[in-house]
Amino acid sequence: MTTSRTPSLRAPRLQRASKFAAPRARRGTKRGLIARIVGAIFISIIVLFPLYWMLVVAFSSRSELLGGTLRLWPRALTAQNFERVLAGFPVATWFSNSVAISATVAILTVLVNLLGGYALAQLKFRGSNVVFLIALTTLMIPVQVIMVPLFKLVTNLGLYGSYWAVILPTAASAFGLFLSRQFILSIPRDLIEAARIDGASHLRVFTRIVLPLSKPLIAVLFFMTLLQSWNDFAWPLIALKQNELFTLPIGLLYLQGQFGSDFGATMAFALINVVPMVVLFLVFQRFFVQGFARSGIK
Amino acid sequence: MTTLATDHEHVPDIAAVRAQNFPPTPRRGLEAVREALAGWLFLTPNLLLLGLFVLVPLLWTVVISFQKTNGFGVGEFIGLANYQRLMSDPLFWRSAVNTLLFTIIVTPLSMGLGLGAAVLFNSILPARGLFRSILIVPMAISGVATALIGVLVFDENNGILDNLIRFVGLPSVNWQSGGLAAFASVILVTLWWRVGFNMLIYLAGLQGIGPELYEAAELDGAGAVARFRHVTVPLLGPSSFFLLILNVIYSFQVFDIVFVMTGGGPQNATSVLVTYAYDTGFVTRDQGYAAAIGVVLLLVTFVFTALRWRTSHGRDLVE
Repeated sequence: MTTSRTPSLRAPRLQRASKFAAPRARRGTKRGLIARIVGAIFISIIVLFPLYWMLVVAFSSRSELLGGTLRLWPRALTAQNFERVLAGFPVATWFSNSVAISATVAILTVLVNLLGGYALAQLKFRGSNVVFLIALTTLMIPVQVIMVPLFKLVTNLGLYGSYWAVILPTAASAFGLFLSRQFILSIPRDLIEAARIDGASHLRVFTRIVLPLSKPLIAVLFFMTLLQSWNDFAWPLIALKQNELFTLPIGLLYLQGQFGSDFGATMAFALINVVPMVVLFLVFQRFFVQGFARSGIK
Repeated sequence: MTTLATDHEHVPDIAAVRAQNFPPTPRRGLEAVREALAGWLFLTPNLLLLGLFVLVPLLWTVVISFQKTNGFGVGEFIGLANYQRLMSDPLFWRSAVNTLLFTIIVTPLSMGLGLGAAVLFNSILPARGLFRSILIVPMAISGVATALIGVLVFDENNGILDNLIRFVGLPSVNWQSGGLAAFASVILVTLWWRVGFNMLIYLAGLQGIGPELYEAAELDGAGAVARFRHVTVPLLGPSSFFLLILNVIYSFQVFDIVFVMTGGGPQNATSVLVTYAYDTGFVTRDQGYAAAIGVVLLLVTFVFTALRWRTSHGRDLVE
């Protein structure tokens, strides 16, 4: 949970902030500090309370929840909600579907966009700017614009009914191309030209020079895509009809439809969807922060 | 290089060295062809994916929007009839107005709250990093789970919020059956989900403001409020513009939260353009009409995307 490791957003600011805030602190505005701490705690409670409540509900028995009286902490913790969910639904299958789909999308995105990003950033050829501009204009288009023909297309290609119906359209995002091009532009062109003069092929330049220098880019792109795909909803909702292909968000909606107002079961399953990504997010926070800061893709 | 470096008369000129080793004309022509070939080859996987799964469906959407369709079968061209129908469709206008309202309310609120949080968490504060981490946790949570947490909190019979409200002695709110309250609940959940992102961008923007500006302002006698107004706010201009555009685009495309929390109800009080397009295309299966709604969404998206790229700031704002 510690965030001091994030280089771009945190380390440098610590010095700067303390530099300019120091005179104010010296002036003895202790009241200001206390007000800020109270404010920070208040904001944190608003953010954390729904998550805390989700945990409480997931670990409370049904009778406990239907009691009707206000209780902010659980009286007795129980795992029966999880048992009910695991017994009634193919949770393991949905979980592995989510892992398989999001990991494949992330790996595919990294591979395809590193290649494309290198071409757009370092290779000179006619048409590259046009390609980049067209890709950019598609960056913000919501899937609802293209969902009808996309569904027909996926069906006609014979992808409907397989993971690929979700994987390929999700991987077709210009975000990775945009991010990769921007990053690879910062690799000095002299380095690449020197290797070319030494007789290295473009492929060799890519594998020996660009790839090793792109490790931060690979991490950012991988985690951002993983997060997005893990949480993706609108397109998988359309593209996955068979129960056994569901990802966790789609399974979550399905399960809620079955359980209705049985919040214990729904929240237990929601935790299974949420916890892995939140843990990953906090552990690799700096990559996610960079990714979000550069793109605004959410 | 070494031989050139020993000679004081010669500045080591890379181009000259290169020209010496590689006679320019024939070799450079071949090199250019190779480079172009490599460029297109490296781009091929991307072009295939984007072309097949984005550009083809995009053009196809425009075509279908001029058609009358029957389920997923082949349609017949009916000119602008779908668009004429849009003009006189009360549900379309209701969804458009809801989308606009949602955008107008969510955009300034998430920016304002994000700025407040950024300033707070950029000041001297114990456990600052921890507070920042807490605020961005919702960004890792799926829209479906966020919406279901919203249902849990705002449920009319059993929701924790109504329980709290009654506990304080206030009358409970009809979060689900009342149109206005349902709309408000969707906005509140969206803010919970999104303020962290706004804070992140503003934090990065605050980093770029040199401390000497604050010191100078302070020497000139500017108080905390004046410093915020005349130093912080103007210098965060690029961040604000970037966020304005992104918030507008994302508000326009709000789907997960609305679809799961309210399904557009009660009585279409929370129906927005993307949920209406989805319902038309995949529930009532009126594909041509759904495509026409899609084209409207596309045009709106294009306008704001163009605005974003017209300013060089947005792109390189955060390094």
